[in-house]
Amino acid sequence: MPRTAFDHHLHELQEEVLVLGSMVEKAIYRSMEALKNRDLDLAKHVVADDSKINQKRFEIEEMCVDLIVTQQPMAGDLRIIIAVLNIIVDLERIGDHAAGNAKIAIMIGNEPPLKPLIDLPRMAQKTGDMLRRSLDAFINRNAEAAKKIATEDDEVDALYDQVFRELLTFMAEDSRTITRATRLMWVGHNLERSADRVTNICERVVFVVTGKMEEIGVSKY
Amino acid sequence: MSAKSAQKLALAFIWGSGVITVLILFLIIGYVLARGLPAFSFDFLFTAPKGGLSGEGGISTAIVTTIYLALLTVSILLIPGIGAAIYLSEYAKDNWLTRIIRYGVDTLAGVPSIVFGLFGFVLFVTTLHFNFSLLAGALTMVCLLLPTLIRTSEEALKAVPRSHREAALALGATRWQAIWHVVLPSALPGIITGIILCMGRIVGETACLYVTLGGSAAMPTSLLSGGRTLSLHLFYLAMETNAFEKAMATGAVLIIIILIINTLTNWISHRFQTRMLRGV
Amino acid sequence: MDPKIETKQLNFYYGKLHAVKNVTLNIREHQITALIGPSGCGKSTFLRTLNRMNDIIPGARVEGEVLLDKQNIYERSVDVVELRKRVGMVFQQPNPFPKSVYENVAFGPKMLGLSHKINLDEEVEKSLRAAALWDEVKDHMDKSGLALSGGQQQRLCIARVLAVEPEVILMDEPCSALDPISTLKIEELMRDLTKNYTIVIVTHNMLQAARVSDLTGFFLLGELVEYNRTVDIFSRPGDKRTEDYITGRFG
Repeated sequence: MPRTAFDHHLHELQEEVLVLGSMVEKAIYRSMEALKNRDLDLAKHVVADDSKINQKRFEIEEMCVDLIVTQQPMAGDLRIIIAVLNIIVDLERIGDHAAGNAKIAIMIGNEPPLKPLIDLPRMAQKTGDMLRRSLDAFINRNAEAAKKIATEDDEVDALYDQVFRELLTFMAEDSRTITRATRLMWVGHNLERSADRVTNICERVVFVVTGKMEEIGVSKY
Repeated sequence: MSAKSAQKLALAFIWGSGVITVLILFLIIGYVLARGLPAFSFDFLFTAPKGGLSGEGGISTAIVTTIYLALLTVSILLIPGIGAAIYLSEYAKDNWLTRIIRYGVDTLAGVPSIVFGLFGFVLFVTTLHFNFSLLAGALTMVCLLLPTLIRTSEEALKAVPRSHREAALALGATRWQAIWHVVLPSALPGIITGIILCMGRIVGETACLYVTLGGSAAMPTSLLSGGRTLSLHLFYLAMETNAFEKAMATGAVLIIIILIINTLTNWISHRFQTRMLRGV
Repeated sequence: MDPKIETKQLNFYYGKLHAVKNVTLNIREHQITALIGPSGCGKSTFLRTLNRMNDIIPGARVEGEVLLDKQNIYERSVDVVELRKRVGMVFQQPNPFPKSVYENVAFGPKMLGLSHKINLDEEVEKSLRAAALWDEVKDHMDKSGLALSGGQQQRLCIARVLAVEPEVILMDEPCSALDPISTLKIEELMRDLTKNYTIVIVTHNMLQAARVSDLTGFFLLGELVEYNRTVDIFSRPGDKRTEDYITGRFG
C-alpha cells in the first residue's frame, strides 16, 4: 500500500491536535473551577501551563511544515494539513482566554463574591463541550455534526447576554461593585470569544470534507 | 575449476584464436605479395596481355575491364536495389506477400554464384544474343548481388530510429518527403557501405563471370565486347600458361584493391558517423 | 467562447484493444491543458488522435469526432498534411534530425513548400527565439542538431514545430527525458507560448501538471474520469479515483 509512512504521519499529526485540544479543554474547566472555588494555586497552575500549550502549538506547526516539504500533499491530504494549521491557532487563542480567566481569578483573590457563579460556569461547560465535540467531528470528518455544533454558539452568546445584563444591574445599583462586576464581565467575554473560536474550528472541519470555505451561521448582530 | 581459472583459460583461448587468424591472414597476403611483387613493374600494369603460353604482357586490359564491369553493374543495381529496400522497409505491410518476397531475397542471397553464371549464360549470352560481353556479365552480376544489396540497404533503413519518421510526419511532411529527406540521408552510410561491398564482390567474382564475360584479352570497346577481369585473368594465367609469377602478381594487385576498398568503406562510415554526431 | 479542439464520444481501437473510451473533451484556446493518469491509461493515444498521428499505425480505428475549429478532422476530405501543420507535436525523446540546427528548423517550411514565399532565415531565427534557444545557437547554426545537450535538443524540436506556425502544440511527456533545470526552462517556455498557441501536454509528473497547466484531465483505463480547472482537480477533486491517484494511494 503506497504512502504508508505519510498516512502514519498524518495520523500522528491529528493525534497531536487532539492532545492540544484536551490541554485547552482542561484549561477552560480548571480556570473556571479556580474562579468558583477561589483556588489561587490552581489558577497559578493554569497560567503556567499556558506556555506548554503555546509550545505544543509550535511543535504541531513544525510537523505541518515538514509534511508539506517532504510529501508535497495534494487534494484531501493538503486540506487536512491546512486545516490543522488553522485549528491550532484557534486552540492556542482559546488557551490564552482560559489563562486570562485564571489571571482574573488571581486578581479577584479573596474579595467577597458578588453573587454565586451560575451562568459563567454554564458557559465554560458549554464551550468546553463544544470544543471536544468539534475536534471529534474533525477526526471523524463529520461535516454535519460540525455545522450543528457551530450553531450552538448562539446558546453561549445568549448566556453571555444574560451575564452582561445581570452584572450591569449590579453596577447600576451599587458603584462599589463596579471593579468586581467588570472583572466578571471580562471572564464572560473570554468564554464568549472562545466559543466563537470553536465555530472557526467547525468551519475548518467542513473545509476538510467539502473543500469549500464558508461561514456557518451569522450572528444576530 | 574455479571461476578465475576458467576465465584465464577462456581469455587465453580467445587470444590464441585471434592471433592464429591474424597469422593466417598475414601468411596468405604475405606469400602472394612476396611472390608477386618481383613481377611488378610499370609495364606490367600498363601493357595488355598478349596471350600465349608464356603469358606475355601485363594486365592493363584486365584492370580496365574490371573497372568498366564494376561501374556498369553498380549503376544498374542502384535503383532496383535501393528501391526494393525502401519498399520493404517503409511501405510493405506485414502480409503473406511481403513474407514471400523476403524469403525469396534471403534464399537468393545464398545461391552459389556459378548457378547465377549458368542462368546468365542461358538468358543473356545465348537467348538474348548478347554473347560473351560486359553487358551479359554486368546483368548476371546484378542478379547475383541484388539480394545482398537489398538486405544491407534494408538494414540501414531500419536502423534509422522510428522517431525521425514520426517527427517528420508530425511536421506536415508526406511519407515520401520523410523518406527522401530524413530516412535516406540517415541511412546513406549504411547503404554506401553495402554498395562498396558489392564492388568488392564484383572484383573478386570468378565463376559467374567465367561463363558470361568470356576470355578475350583485348581492351573492351563497347558494352557488347567481351573481356576478362583481374580474377579471370589470374585464373587463365594460372591454368593456361607458365607465367606463375605473373599470376601471383595479379593476385597481389587484387589483394591491394580489396584492401583499398575496405579501407575506403571504413573511412566513409567513420566520417559519416562523426559528421552526424559532432557537426561538420 | 468556442473551444479550439473538441472531441465528441471519441473511441480509439488498436485492432481489438479499446484504448480510448468515449471521451468528450474541450480544449480551450491559448491555455495549457494537461492530461494525467497512470501508465497505459490512454492519454498518449488520445493525444495522438488530435493530429492523426495514429493513422500510421496498422489496425488503428477511430470512432466519434475530433473537431478542430468546429471541423471534424477525420472526414475524408481533410488534408492530413495541412492538419499536421496546424497541430504540431513534440515528442518524449528529443529527436532532432541528423542535420544542422538551421536545417532542422527549416525542414518544416521547406517540406510544406513555403521556402519560396517566406524568408527562411528570418523564419528560422524567429522560431529559435520563440523557443528560447536563439542566443545559445546563433553562432552555431551549422552544428549538427545532435551535438546539443538534451534540454537544447528538446527546445530545438519545439523551434522546429514553431517554424511551421501551428495553432496548437501537442506535447507528449516533453520533459521526462530531461534534467530538472531543463525541465523548468521548458515549463517557463510553455507559459510564454500560450500567448500565441494552444498547448496540450501529456505528463506523468503530477507536480508538473499542477505547476504548468490551466486545465487538467485525468485518464484511467481509457476513460476521461474528471476534467476541470487545475487548481480544483488538485485541491478538491470530485471523483474518488482522481483523489486516490493524486494523493498517490493507487493500488
